[in-house]
Amino acid sequence: MNRLLNVSSSPHVRDSVTTQSVMFDVLIAMLPAAAFGVYQFGFHALLVIIATMAACVLSEYLYEKGMKLPITVADGSALVTGMILALNMPADIPLWIPMLGGVFAIVVVKQLYGGLGQNFMNPALAGRCFLLISFAGKMSSFTLDGWTGATPLAQLKAGQSVDVAAMFIGRIPGTIGEVSVIALLIGAAYMVFKKVISLRIPVTYIVTTALFVFIFGQHDLGFVAAHVFGGGLIFGAFFMATDYVTSPITPKGQIVFGVLLGILTGLFRLFGGSAEGVSYAIIISNMLVPLIEKFTLPTAFGKEGKKS
Amino acid sequence: MNKCVERLYNGIIKENPTFVLMLGMCPTLAVTTTAINGVGMGLSTTAVLVFSNLIISALRKIIPDRVRIPAYIVIVASLVTIVQLLLQAYIPSLYESLGIYIPLIVVNCIILGRAEAYAAKNGVVESAFDGIGMGLGFTVGLTCIAIFREILGGGAVFGMEFIPEDFRITIFGLAPGAFFVLAGLTALQNKFKAPSATNGSAPKSALACGGNCASCSGSACASNHEALDKIRKEQEAKAAEAKKAAALKAAEAKKAAEAKKAAEAAAAAKKAGE
Repeated sequence: MNRLLNVSSSPHVRDSVTTQSVMFDVLIAMLPAAAFGVYQFGFHALLVIIATMAACVLSEYLYEKGMKLPITVADGSALVTGMILALNMPADIPLWIPMLGGVFAIVVVKQLYGGLGQNFMNPALAGRCFLLISFAGKMSSFTLDGWTGATPLAQLKAGQSVDVAAMFIGRIPGTIGEVSVIALLIGAAYMVFKKVISLRIPVTYIVTTALFVFIFGQHDLGFVAAHVFGGGLIFGAFFMATDYVTSPITPKGQIVFGVLLGILTGLFRLFGGSAEGVSYAIIISNMLVPLIEKFTLPTAFGKEGKKS
Repeated sequence: MNKCVERLYNGIIKENPTFVLMLGMCPTLAVTTTAINGVGMGLSTTAVLVFSNLIISALRKIIPDRVRIPAYIVIVASLVTIVQLLLQAYIPSLYESLGIYIPLIVVNCIILGRAEAYAAKNGVVESAFDGIGMGLGFTVGLTCIAIFREILGGGAVFGMEFIPEDFRITIFGLAPGAFFVLAGLTALQNKFKAPSATNGSAPKSALACGGNCASCSGSACASNHEALDKIRKEQEAKAAEAKKAAALKAAEAKKAAEAKKAAEAAAAAKKAGE
């Protein structure tokens, strides 16, 4: 018995997954959508993506330096925030607008609340809503091939018909990252394959939205498909609603969260003033996460059958 | 420092109603969209505050303790009505833009708070100066917030344009912007340790009011009285215990001395016997 036995508290099983590896997996998963955006909208889209990511990383670095905190730039979370924010921008936006949004997302929404893991809502989406309220005109003018056109959701809202096949491939006006459903699904498949996300939130979210639109909108599969493929629903469901920090960790809670997101999105899209509602639905649901988790807490091992 | 000047300093800096006491948040957040509105709201409130403090202080020995709140409200409401009519007559543009928030001055916590905490137990002159100080503090707070919001959100302040239309961040003119600016300015005030009631050496006490009995009136602080009683009882118990312990010690010492004496006596007797 000359082996040293180490006694320690849990966790005992360790894994090679780190914050950094998860963040870089998410970044890789967003690459197809970003690449399609750059291919479709041109060089300026690439500039928007780079500038936003740079603004996020730089503001995180400077804030932590100024506040004498440990520098956490290397974990890649600021890069992910920047990427998501950039993919939520129209392609021909002046560069300073997404950069301002990035600074707001990192400094106000993330760092002021204590950094990664403490933010109460998705920083990128909060940044986007900040910009959407501040620069409504610039944030909602979308061009494609030099033409300024309405997004398919706006057309649906106005009662026009849309081309669902074009929406699936992405030949539609919209933000840089949300247009191509197929590119987003490739990225989502990669994340599911790498077990970065589970399918609970995205699937319940999309199914609930589809049901809501079917019941309260038009009883027409084409209309439902257009709502599912249009706007930021796919992008939001797979990349933004599944953010670890701002979504429930209990399995039941994740389903409740998905259903809530679906109902809110449907409400905003069908009965709200604007054509799109994914961003607001996600940040409102983010704020309800502590409540959802409180009521879906699983029974602790050994407490079965006992009423507390 | 002269008592009146001290009240002014207290109102504007040390207990600034906006950034330190955090009172009157409703008008602070709602009307600070433009600097003119901020100044107008602040000065209207100042006018009401000065006269309400003055009248309440003068009547403080006549108003029965039990009905003091309704009495204060009647006084404040009359003054607010006067201010409202004056604004409507002489500055109709300000009257239009402040709208519902002028009648709402009646229920502004600063006014009732100063009446309760200061005017109800201090002299007329000091109370009036307390009103001026608090009112000016409120005006300064509102104006600071409004200037930031108007520059960032509207690109102009007092009619001077700074920022071209494309670069204005509209959200600062809306409700969320009010929270951002208020939080930012309060954080700055804390960061630079501006001398205030919340920065520095506040007296530590179990009481909600900080144990400052001068700022309490009537039955307003039943819970504080309970806490006070608790502390008093604790102290009494401690004193009694100490007394008991001292008595015990004394008795022991007496006993020991007696034993010693007895032993000595015994020894002496033994010696004598030898």
